[in-house]
Amino acid sequence: MSYRLGIDVGGTMTDAVILDTADNVVSKVKVPNSSDIVSGIQTAITHVLQTSGLPPQRISLAMLGTTQVTNAIIERRGLSRVLAMRIGAPATTGVKPLASWPDDLATWGRAHSVILRGGHEFDGRLIAPLDELAVAEACRKVRGTVDAVAVTGVFSPVSAQHEERAAAIIQEELGDVPTSLSHQIGSIGLLERENATILNAMVIQVAKRVVQTFSAAIRNSGISAALFLAQNDGTLMELDYAQQYPILTVASGPTNSMRGAAYLTGLTDAVVIDIGGTSTDVGILVRGFPRESAVAVEVGDVRTNFRMPDLVSLGLGGGSIVRETARGITIGPDSVGYKIITEGQVFGGHTLTFTDVAVSQGRGPLGDPGVLTLDEAFAQQAYQIAVNRIVDAIAQIKTNALPIPLIAVGGGSFTLPDALPEASHIVRPLHYEVANAIGAAMAQVSGRVDKIYNMEGRKRDEVLAEAEAAARAEAEAAGAAPDSLVLVDVEELPLSYLPGNATRIRLTVAGTLRAWEELKAES
Amino acid sequence: MKLTSIGIEEIRDIARGAAILGCGGGGDPEIGRLMAEAAIEELGPVTIVDPQDIADDSFILASAMMGAPTVVIEKIPRGTEPLAAFRRIEKELGKSADAVCSMECGGLNSTIPILVAAQTRLPLLDGDGMGRAFPELQMETFSVYGVPGTPACVVDEDGNTVICEASSDVEMEWLLRGVTIRMGGAAYLAHYPMSGADFKRTAVRNTLTLAFELGRAVRVARAGQNDPVKAVGQTFHGTVYGDVTELFRGKVFDVQRETRRGFALGKATVNGADEFDGSILTISFQNENLVAWRDGKAVATVPDLIIFLDPETGEAIPTERLRYGQRAAILCVAAPPIMTSLESLAVWGPLAFGYTGLDYWSIRIARTSLVSKLS
Repeated sequence: MSYRLGIDVGGTMTDAVILDTADNVVSKVKVPNSSDIVSGIQTAITHVLQTSGLPPQRISLAMLGTTQVTNAIIERRGLSRVLAMRIGAPATTGVKPLASWPDDLATWGRAHSVILRGGHEFDGRLIAPLDELAVAEACRKVRGTVDAVAVTGVFSPVSAQHEERAAAIIQEELGDVPTSLSHQIGSIGLLERENATILNAMVIQVAKRVVQTFSAAIRNSGISAALFLAQNDGTLMELDYAQQYPILTVASGPTNSMRGAAYLTGLTDAVVIDIGGTSTDVGILVRGFPRESAVAVEVGDVRTNFRMPDLVSLGLGGGSIVRETARGITIGPDSVGYKIITEGQVFGGHTLTFTDVAVSQGRGPLGDPGVLTLDEAFAQQAYQIAVNRIVDAIAQIKTNALPIPLIAVGGGSFTLPDALPEASHIVRPLHYEVANAIGAAMAQVSGRVDKIYNMEGRKRDEVLAEAEAAARAEAEAAGAAPDSLVLVDVEELPLSYLPGNATRIRLTVAGTLRAWEELKAES
Repeated sequence: MKLTSIGIEEIRDIARGAAILGCGGGGDPEIGRLMAEAAIEELGPVTIVDPQDIADDSFILASAMMGAPTVVIEKIPRGTEPLAAFRRIEKELGKSADAVCSMECGGLNSTIPILVAAQTRLPLLDGDGMGRAFPELQMETFSVYGVPGTPACVVDEDGNTVICEASSDVEMEWLLRGVTIRMGGAAYLAHYPMSGADFKRTAVRNTLTLAFELGRAVRVARAGQNDPVKAVGQTFHGTVYGDVTELFRGKVFDVQRETRRGFALGKATVNGADEFDGSILTISFQNENLVAWRDGKAVATVPDLIIFLDPETGEAIPTERLRYGQRAAILCVAAPPIMTSLESLAVWGPLAFGYTGLDYWSIRIARTSLVSKLS
């Protein structure tokens, strides 16, 4: 039998799980992070292997979910110098690259930018032929002063031709300077996609170190498995791809929880609530996958539009501090975090937290409810305020009024009541506290299309089939077993104020990793 | 207070306010805002002129974008297209413009004339031809009161230029919409050449100031933790617009969409909360919000402004972003008299959008008399 290892490096804890070929949880651990990420991951691996009693050689696949790339952007740490190349002139010069970036981030990247002739129309016609000489010249100008290049072509989600040709020229001119292509990253919406692509180029060095760290920790533990990184949509990337497109990992944390929740409960359509120590994320599973956000998402104060799960986040968690103020009772956003086990009142501490309020209302068992000296009316009111916020978040994330199951995961999820409006029932799966590491270990791969199709004179089914075929091809290229691929999401958005039938189609397919299918077949 | 000039500070408020005046449509003003900001940074602030202060014999042109906002967010303009169209009409007519005006104060088209005014260093008139957002070029007070839309000119990023002479403004819309598709789905336009006297007579006045005041009211209310929805409502007092009614507060319960001829049609249902508990509001939209029914009874109809706001932030919610679970406050603002005459209603009354059996004035009177009874 072969096994796989899932690791999730969170804000305060690193979780690790081992799953067998039948997806059973063989062992699980949660260890606090240390300042040194390598040793944190290594400690988690050592513990989880020990608990399982398995020799390291039995691990065939290892998957990592991490927030390190996100933190690098937020903290402006270790970022690369980028050449931002836009292909779209004579169009698009009205708004320059990096126009609305916060100064500190734009400066940090010391980004150079250039707008060249080329790009496509919404229907695939050329705006202008690609100015190949200008691509080469732009490269020569920045040789030695940039670490990475970000290429964004107008309507590249419709035709990637110019971005790909530019990448070839960049390679000739600058050698192996990493090049990020926007059509691999985001969807329609030039500025947001360009922003995401520049951010991606900025974190390539960071990602390289994360990948090296992860590989080192795995090898040092005696494991010789194939390695993968979890991405925002809940699927996996091979390390090579992850090093090219690290920006796709920035929201993998909440996504992994949702994928883990789907696996642990067998539910494919449900709302997932992940209550941690400081915050709560509420998302929704549609056909087993987190629904994607349709609007621009900010990363480090920069508007982007790449694949991000649709989430409602609340500054409310088990460690959130409860106060009585002139404006009423407040809960959070500040939290005692992992110190809850010493500072929370049920644990003998002196800070009133949401955990204490929940325990006083019969949640738990946890700590020593006997030590609580809360006024009952106050506690009831505080608890109701928190529950109302959670109910609002659930209502926001739902797509219709029908009751839908709610899956509760995360260390703080014990605080939830037994029933909630908006939810048909609440499912609290076993292993709920390591749902994110389990989600990382789900060997799923996806492919997707986001293009504008001209439906004029064509059958709708035929256009959809064409889009699906393109998404399947992408998933297979990413390592999916073809037979395992299923359609997880399709959205048709006609272009408003434009007669004719130009329609934007967003379509996602997902399936299982080919390598995993093969291992299962062997065992 | 009348707006007298637009700098970087003002333009953000204008964009926020213009989204509110978009009545759910009109396109995101963001791209236009970024372009106008860059132009103002380079060339200095834009002077705003009140319609009453413009000479009767001055020459005015309206500047705009037409086509799909989805295309504009991807194929961002070169930034010179609206100016090129503007100059071309000047050349065509053999005279230089004395001022720029807006054809549409709601959505993206609120910001394009600011860009052109900055580039030409001409004053921008405080008024427009729609008083909100509408989907077609003939839906202008200019047109309704006899100012022809043509000669009009559309230009793309490559400098391709089409001049249009048309037998009617409906014909102009029809022809230029086709050109826009050939130009890649978005094109930039100069049209409605007119005199200062024409503008005074036909424009919806002071809508630029209004957009600015709306945006500022929302920002200030938010900073002071006051109700931004109330702030939006109060901003309309003392303007050319009529009564403001808080039609509804509640939660979006259902959104149904379909597409016909490039229009995003649909219906949103909102479940009442607080004082509206137990009630249901249904809104019918075609890019913009058109008609509202409360518990089956029509309570608001086009051209009155039906505005969805996020009750927390006061930001406008466009129809394409309406979805289940969203909290919304819905305001209805009675359109100014210039937009509610018989000849106006023939162009943009409920019947013009295909709603038979709805009478604009009966609905408006029933709604506003209810308000005065309550207050």
